[in-house]
Amino acid sequence: MRPGRTRTIKVDALARVEGEGALRVRVRAGRVEEIQLRIYEPPRFFEALLRGRDFREAVDIVARICGICPWAYQMSAAQAMEDACGVEVSAPLRALRRLVYCGEWIESHALHVYLLHAPDFLGYDSAVDMARDHPEAVQRGLELKKVGNLVMSHVAGRSVHPVNARVGGFYRVPGREELRDLVGPLRRARDLAVETVRWVSTFPFPDFEQQVPYVALRHPTEYPILEGKIASTDGLEIEVQDYDRHFVEVQVPHSNALHSLTRDGRPYGVGPLARFNLNFPGLPEALQSLAREVGTIPPCRNPFRSIVVRSLEMVYACEEALRLVEAWEPPAEPAVPVVPREATGYGCTEAPRGILYHRYRIGADGIIQEARIVPPTSQNQRPMEEDLRAFVQGHLDLPRDELTWRCEQVVRNYDPCISCATHFLRLEVDEG
Amino acid sequence: MNSSSRRVKLAVWKFTSCDGCQLTLLNCEDELLTLAGRVQVAYFLEASRATVRGPYDLSLVEGSITTPEEVQRIREVRQASRYLVTIGACATAGGIQALRNFADVGEFLSVVYARPEHIRTLERSTPIADHVPVDFELRGCPVDRRQLLEVISAFLVGRKPQVATHSVCMECKRRGLVCVLVAGGTACLGPVTQAGCGALCPAIGRGCYGCFGPAESPNTGSLARRWRELGKSPAEVVRAFRTFNAAAPAFQEEGERHASG
Repeated sequence: MRPGRTRTIKVDALARVEGEGALRVRVRAGRVEEIQLRIYEPPRFFEALLRGRDFREAVDIVARICGICPWAYQMSAAQAMEDACGVEVSAPLRALRRLVYCGEWIESHALHVYLLHAPDFLGYDSAVDMARDHPEAVQRGLELKKVGNLVMSHVAGRSVHPVNARVGGFYRVPGREELRDLVGPLRRARDLAVETVRWVSTFPFPDFEQQVPYVALRHPTEYPILEGKIASTDGLEIEVQDYDRHFVEVQVPHSNALHSLTRDGRPYGVGPLARFNLNFPGLPEALQSLAREVGTIPPCRNPFRSIVVRSLEMVYACEEALRLVEAWEPPAEPAVPVVPREATGYGCTEAPRGILYHRYRIGADGIIQEARIVPPTSQNQRPMEEDLRAFVQGHLDLPRDELTWRCEQVVRNYDPCISCATHFLRLEVDEG
Repeated sequence: MNSSSRRVKLAVWKFTSCDGCQLTLLNCEDELLTLAGRVQVAYFLEASRATVRGPYDLSLVEGSITTPEEVQRIREVRQASRYLVTIGACATAGGIQALRNFADVGEFLSVVYARPEHIRTLERSTPIADHVPVDFELRGCPVDRRQLLEVISAFLVGRKPQVATHSVCMECKRRGLVCVLVAGGTACLGPVTQAGCGALCPAIGRGCYGCFGPAESPNTGSLARRWRELGKSPAEVVRAFRTFNAAAPAFQEEGERHASG
């Protein structure tokens, strides 16, 4: 590119992401001048339409925020309602929730690793195109995804918008033998997930490091899914109910979207890299060895390598699901009783894409008065833009088509779920 | 002429929605590659960055219409499509976001948005068929995988899709489930809700909550009376009819009857 020229990279409709977004990068005189990750997915007003609903209805309504990670929404909401009502579910009910969540991680990660992300590394437009040259790999991905969906539907009725989530527990819990049906498929899935880790580790990874701190749940004894304290690589460690004291959302004129920042104005990243960097000791020893063997260990600050971490998390989710299935002893009751009271409740769980925070204020009659939901993709918007800025600045020599594709890949590194993010995004229209 | 140009061109379009119905297509893990061999996936942004220009033989449309831009875009999709099939509660009834239809959308905006004057959204969320002719509507929140495959197969060979329009009760009977409403006294929308899910909720002892919208000739008034006898308040009856298919005419009318009373 000649000096002084203006160059614009535009992707009007980002593909292989969940939801609708566009990308615009403007370069002038060899410097990245403007980065826009524009979200044009229309808002659906979930926080508004939840008001006036019964506190027990939220778990079914918020599932509809996202077809890919509905259980995450259901669990953050259920947790927040139970917190408001001063109730804790029993250990077996918690274990069963974790099992379904493992299914969601497997299903969502397999979708992203194989159908959305891997084609970028191998130079295909889609997994269907990739299947012509790598049929066994795509089959492996589909089989993994199917097992994730099976875990969800076996316990929770269906994988998209499960019907068995309930404040206080479940409507019905499976018997011991019934759950053991999952052992065979999960063992097979675990082997496929290990193959996945080895396969994706052979991909070409650009030399790229990001600087943002990572934020994830951290749990003293396990890899976090359903609970923990909110921790950061900067040394923060807080209770979930203190989230709003440490993180804010700000409106950024150029991006037309709300960005999450720390109170002192810094961006932060959530998701597999954040979990991995903050919770590596929580992974089983064998999995830590596998991570070392493939050369992906903390601190891992290369977002392109998130595909390896997602694959490692799939192995974890399969093994954890197997452990939970084998230890399963059904409780006498599928749910604990929950009586509403006037209170505010907080919930935060690790959705496949990162921490998902819910806060609800309910009345003594159980009616929701206020709702607040912060999805992972909102928190990852600023790091996505920072990555784009740094990546484009460092790769201005690439041909235009190649650079455009790499920019898309930078965004897909985050597995962004734009449908999730948009119910709160502030879309602005330039009416000038 | 190469082989791909003779194959049926399939397109998948997204409007205001959660992605769950498109995902249901990707969740056909055993059939996906076979399907991709039979048809040319010409436009499916969630799955591929490559797009092929229209016209398309079969367009699957997910989502409802909630912005002026979407009003325009669905017309373009219709013009480029030989057959247009809507999939899911958003596309067939306006979805959960149609709850705005019963509220002041300006008030909704101010709850969620700091600067509502900049939001461009319509006052109502409406189904695709309110805007363009639709060849077939597949219900569900989300759609059922087997029904989706049936609809695609039917259009591929040019026959009418076989999708039942009777109520969830029939599915319960077929599965031999004990009626949660009659025997269990649980509030259930099954008698007025279209089949398709396989009676998932009654199977776990829970009342149906209406994902597939109104069944053919639903007696909503009678069911609402039964709910009242079970001790449900008018407000609870309203909320039961106002979820994912709130703007489907039969559910909307029943909701309004109790909202005004």
